[in-house]
Amino acid sequence: MSLKILVTAKRVEDPESKIKVKPDGSGIVTDGVNYKMNPFDEIAVEEALRLKEKHGGEVIVASIGGDKSATEIRAALAMGADRGILVRHDGPLDPVGVSAVLAKVFEQEKPDLVILGKQSIDDDQNQAGQYLAARLRLPQATFASKTESLESEAEQKKEPGLRLAADGKSLAVVREVDGGVETLEVSLPAVVTTDLRLNKPRFASLPGIMKAKKKELKELQASALGVELAPKVVVKKLSAPPSRKGGVKVADVEELFSKLHGEAKVV
Amino acid sequence: MANVLIVAEQFGGAVRKATLHALSAGREVARRTGGTLHVAVLGSGIGPVAEELAGYGAEVHAADAAVLEHPLAEAHAPVVAELARAVEATHVGAAATAFGKDLLPRVAGLLEAAMATEVLGFGGEGAEVTFRRPMWAGNVLAEVALATPVKVFTVRATEFPAAAKEGKGAVTTAQVSVDAGALRTRYAGFTEVKSARPELTEARIVVAGGRGTKGDFKPIEALADELNAAVGASRAAVDAGWVPNDWQVGQTGKVVAPELYVAAGISGAIQHLAGMKGSKVIVAVNKDPDAPIFQLADYGLVADLFKALPELAEKLKKSR
Repeated sequence: MSLKILVTAKRVEDPESKIKVKPDGSGIVTDGVNYKMNPFDEIAVEEALRLKEKHGGEVIVASIGGDKSATEIRAALAMGADRGILVRHDGPLDPVGVSAVLAKVFEQEKPDLVILGKQSIDDDQNQAGQYLAARLRLPQATFASKTESLESEAEQKKEPGLRLAADGKSLAVVREVDGGVETLEVSLPAVVTTDLRLNKPRFASLPGIMKAKKKELKELQASALGVELAPKVVVKKLSAPPSRKGGVKVADVEELFSKLHGEAKVV
Repeated sequence: MANVLIVAEQFGGAVRKATLHALSAGREVARRTGGTLHVAVLGSGIGPVAEELAGYGAEVHAADAAVLEHPLAEAHAPVVAELARAVEATHVGAAATAFGKDLLPRVAGLLEAAMATEVLGFGGEGAEVTFRRPMWAGNVLAEVALATPVKVFTVRATEFPAAAKEGKGAVTTAQVSVDAGALRTRYAGFTEVKSARPELTEARIVVAGGRGTKGDFKPIEALADELNAAVGASRAAVDAGWVPNDWQVGQTGKVVAPELYVAAGISGAIQHLAGMKGSKVIVAVNKDPDAPIFQLADYGLVADLFKALPELAEKLKKSR
């Protein structure tokens, strides 16, 4: 019983970077912005590695983009993924296009499981995984989490949160939903998207980084896959959200209460 | 016809409130396109829910079948997609709840439709509806157009008013051609986070705690109960396992916009601010005078929450 797992590693702006819109609204200012792997994808890579460590198998990491996206694939290889696939594409891509490309990669690789971040922290669309599952008519389990906390013993031991059935044919996934926590069992192959509390991703070790340089990184041309890539989600204009001006500092609880009661009239 | 189909969400025989906000959004789009507003409700034994929805004046389509008992996207998506084709919908929407965010992209995939997530409002002219939505954790607002014949969207409930009862729509039975035996998703259980407090996204007041609580939410909860408020938390508090994940307020948690939001021991990471900056009045209580939360709080109090919150609760009690 071993699992062949396909994971994604999208290159995004570092969440710690300050994001500013260009004056003409055509994009964001990229000067001085750092880039890294989408944090939700890091969780996906980590989960794939834990599953592989427990059950055996192979972790393949895919990214779509230009030269620089290879950096994110190498980062996942340094964490421990086995090989990478860079699908070369320049220019904007929406979840319709991303899922079309990933569906082609799926057909070539025939993995047992695809794990993606639930959303990328740049365009925050939260669609690619579900869209991919729809294209491939595969079961989906989005927003994967686990019942144990990130401070738990299971987490310390790097136990996978996704639980493979004894026969290796299905996966139990705990999901965060409104009002509680739900468990789904999906038959493999399946598509899973990761939420924040599934795991704490590992850091790459120095030997891991050295080894990653020698791992296979295959390149494909998106244009050669026979899929339509022109964005259907067309971004017309970006703008800064209305800023909220800070108010006043109050000296003590007495003053806070009188402001809330007398001025804002909310209590 | 340029009709609009809104997917309702029901739980335990009741319509989720977020659906009423999605209905308003749907009505706005229908007004623009000149189409009719349709509502899909899926489940098992949902007759009363369908009747209730008809009271909002939309054409209700009830997909009532055992195979739809649980909200499995694999089972629900083909029913919604089929219905969207049957009613000739150009726009298919839902509230951006966990249910909507799971289901609608799969529906979009089946319809090969482009989708806008977490829509805050509509733009464009006439029937050419564009969608305003947040990107980069709410640091950027984008206006997007969807260039496919069918357009799918989810809306942030707090940005649209709840629909009011008006007229009486017809309830018709929707086709369900999903074979339970062919499903490869099995519902294996649900653990409800029970609370006597109001629902976080629907509460008039929210009291939230963060790292500054050091895991002790008692003062947060006591103040919340004094105010009949919901309890929220920052990601740090949830990640530490101090409180249920259902309490998380933020871009990746719940987005709230109550009349009063009290942030106690929360520094104010961008991620958290994205989930609460739409609140009418924001109060911050933090020991650190340089905490970023003070930059957007209407009233900031530099104090130890373990002293300030009980004192505030006491004052509230006495003022009654």
